[in-house]
Amino acid sequence: MASQDVLREEPSRGSFINDPKIRGIFFQVLVVVLLVAGVWWIAHNVIDNLTRLRIASGFGFLKGRAGFDISESAIAYSSDSTYGRAILVGLLNTLIVAIVGIITATIIGFVIGIGRLSQNWLIRKICTVYVEVFRNIPPLLVIFFWYSGVLAVLPAPRDSYNLPFGSFLNQRGFYFPRAVWGDGSWLIFVALLVGIAMAWFVARKARQRQMATGQQFPVFWTSAALIVGLPLLAYALSGFPLSFDYPKQSTFNLTGGFQVRPEFLSLYLALSCYTAAFIAEIVRAGIRGVSAGQTEAAAALGLRSGSILRLVVVPQAMRIVIPPLTSQYLNLTKNSSLAIAIGYPDLTATAGTVLNQTGQAVEGVVIMMVIYLAISLLTSLVMNWFNAKMALVER
Amino acid sequence: MKHIAIGILGAATLGLMASAASAATLDTVKAKGFVQCGVSTGLAGFSAPDDKGDWQGIDADFCRAVAAAVFGDGSKVKFTPLSAKERFTALQSGEIDILSRNTTWTINRDTALGLNFIGVTYYDGQGFMINAKKLPGVNSALQLSGAAVCVQSGTTTELNLADYFKANKMEYNPVVFEKLEEVNAAYDAGRCDVYTTDQSGLYGIRLTLGAPADHVVLPEIISKEPLGPAVRQGDDQWYHIVKWTYFALLQAEELGITKANVDEMKNSASPEIKRVLGQEADTKIGTDLGVSNDWVVNIVKAVGNYGEMFERNVGSGSPLKIARGINALWTKGGLQYAPPIR
Repeated sequence: MASQDVLREEPSRGSFINDPKIRGIFFQVLVVVLLVAGVWWIAHNVIDNLTRLRIASGFGFLKGRAGFDISESAIAYSSDSTYGRAILVGLLNTLIVAIVGIITATIIGFVIGIGRLSQNWLIRKICTVYVEVFRNIPPLLVIFFWYSGVLAVLPAPRDSYNLPFGSFLNQRGFYFPRAVWGDGSWLIFVALLVGIAMAWFVARKARQRQMATGQQFPVFWTSAALIVGLPLLAYALSGFPLSFDYPKQSTFNLTGGFQVRPEFLSLYLALSCYTAAFIAEIVRAGIRGVSAGQTEAAAALGLRSGSILRLVVVPQAMRIVIPPLTSQYLNLTKNSSLAIAIGYPDLTATAGTVLNQTGQAVEGVVIMMVIYLAISLLTSLVMNWFNAKMALVER
Repeated sequence: MKHIAIGILGAATLGLMASAASAATLDTVKAKGFVQCGVSTGLAGFSAPDDKGDWQGIDADFCRAVAAAVFGDGSKVKFTPLSAKERFTALQSGEIDILSRNTTWTINRDTALGLNFIGVTYYDGQGFMINAKKLPGVNSALQLSGAAVCVQSGTTTELNLADYFKANKMEYNPVVFEKLEEVNAAYDAGRCDVYTTDQSGLYGIRLTLGAPADHVVLPEIISKEPLGPAVRQGDDQWYHIVKWTYFALLQAEELGITKANVDEMKNSASPEIKRVLGQEADTKIGTDLGVSNDWVVNIVKAVGNYGEMFERNVGSGSPLKIARGINALWTKGGLQYAPPIR
């Protein structure tokens, strides 16, 4: 379109069939009409065929009693809950593994990516090997590696590894003591929130002061003292209301405490390791994309290498890093559907079970597609906002 | 993943099928020259490939019987291995002609899923298996509170399990996989304490474990699991062919017609045997059904009668050594009963 404006074509003097503008509109309308007709035809046929095959349809089944149990659930769920709730449980499990996985993958990815540019030969080579290994293995194999290769060969519950702080590791997962908050523990959380708020305020003030006067203020240590110290003080004041529920040996398994199941662990570790390899390459590309002149100029100003990285290189590299990072986050979220191979009850697994128990194949697949689409669009939205915020503001 | 693919495929097929009534299943089967039969991904005694890659088992043999009735040749059948989750969509979308895959007959599957079960080829019930070496002293399912239980997703087993533990106020920790092999591997590796599925299945699975002798099947049966083949709704002719193939297998056993003596039996003095084998003058029993008049002869020649099929695959002639029990004929105190072929 833009090129037409540039060329400034004279409007055709022939019949309107030869007018590119009218022709363009005509073909666009034609495509839209064909698309709508196609979708309508498919929808009509689906409904028609379902009726002919006497298969029940509609979304009413979501209100029915599920009747099956799910091993991991972030919300209250039992076999008496509805199919709709079972799908919600699966959705939450997908979100949990995706969010925790994204955070871990980002951290590993940045460390490895920066490590690949290190001056140290050993660090550089280790990071290169990491990237080449994980980038070139299909994610499903990485999941199986963690599940069957690492976690399944751990000892049975009776012979668990005893770890410090009353935690255990065995083939049923990782068990650690669960915190039980007593009366008055709300004070600790309030203190934590107040601490965070104050730390943020201090950081802001310190920045303003530095801008105005050039004087620096030990922001890190002050913030740490506020965020850790205030809750500790509250903990002492409210009379130490925290106790722990330790995992104990019973007939079959360890009971009590908090259990991280091997299905979650292997999916989480596999997705994090796998995606981190790609993020590392993106980070490396981003840093290499900042011209060497920037580093040299910063060095000429007398900045130390850590400060150069933090203040000059990374902020500019982020502009290059964020857009491809978004697609890696989307990939990680979508790859979490591989959970089905090891029995982690994510959205695909629970919705698939619902689909099978009710026989509502069309509806089940539509629900899954809509939910994954929504998650992906939301992730893109957040990352686009973040990108806009990080973009270089030209003055 | 694969069930999603089949789900989408099913959805797409439903979307793209011509909206006019599709051709009769018998005609399409005859046109393509074989019966497409949905079986399990490998369950000893019911449907599992042998060392030559041929499918063996009661469910596989039943499909051969149908092929024999239609074509006079039991080998004109192709098998599609399906997971529990994939099976109904595969039948609904027309990918297979018969679902013969140790599938439990329930009202929901007969109504909301648009299937027609043709009968019960194996009366089963759900049981539990544990590793007795690791869990000495456990001899009843009621002692299983707190156990981790391995189960296949998308089955009635999964639902019965939830009901049973709830009814007995016990807790458990479900470990759910989509494929049978995954459940087997997880149980063998010790990921769970208990394996639950149909009892016949437990005996079959026990043979595939690392140390079969260590494992015991607990005595409790917690559900009725009538297993049988199913077809799509809306094609009565095909439904009748499959249903009467099953009845013919039972009738043959009741009359003592076996794979070995079927040719002699054609000249039997008994009018009933002559009628069943299509030797009656001007008989129309077979042609009315849509097959040839010697259909029962073809079925028995292909797979034998029901009793032979049972003993060969799951009974005394097999490693499973399951007793006939309630799967005996009604004349011998069992539940297998066929309406008269006349």
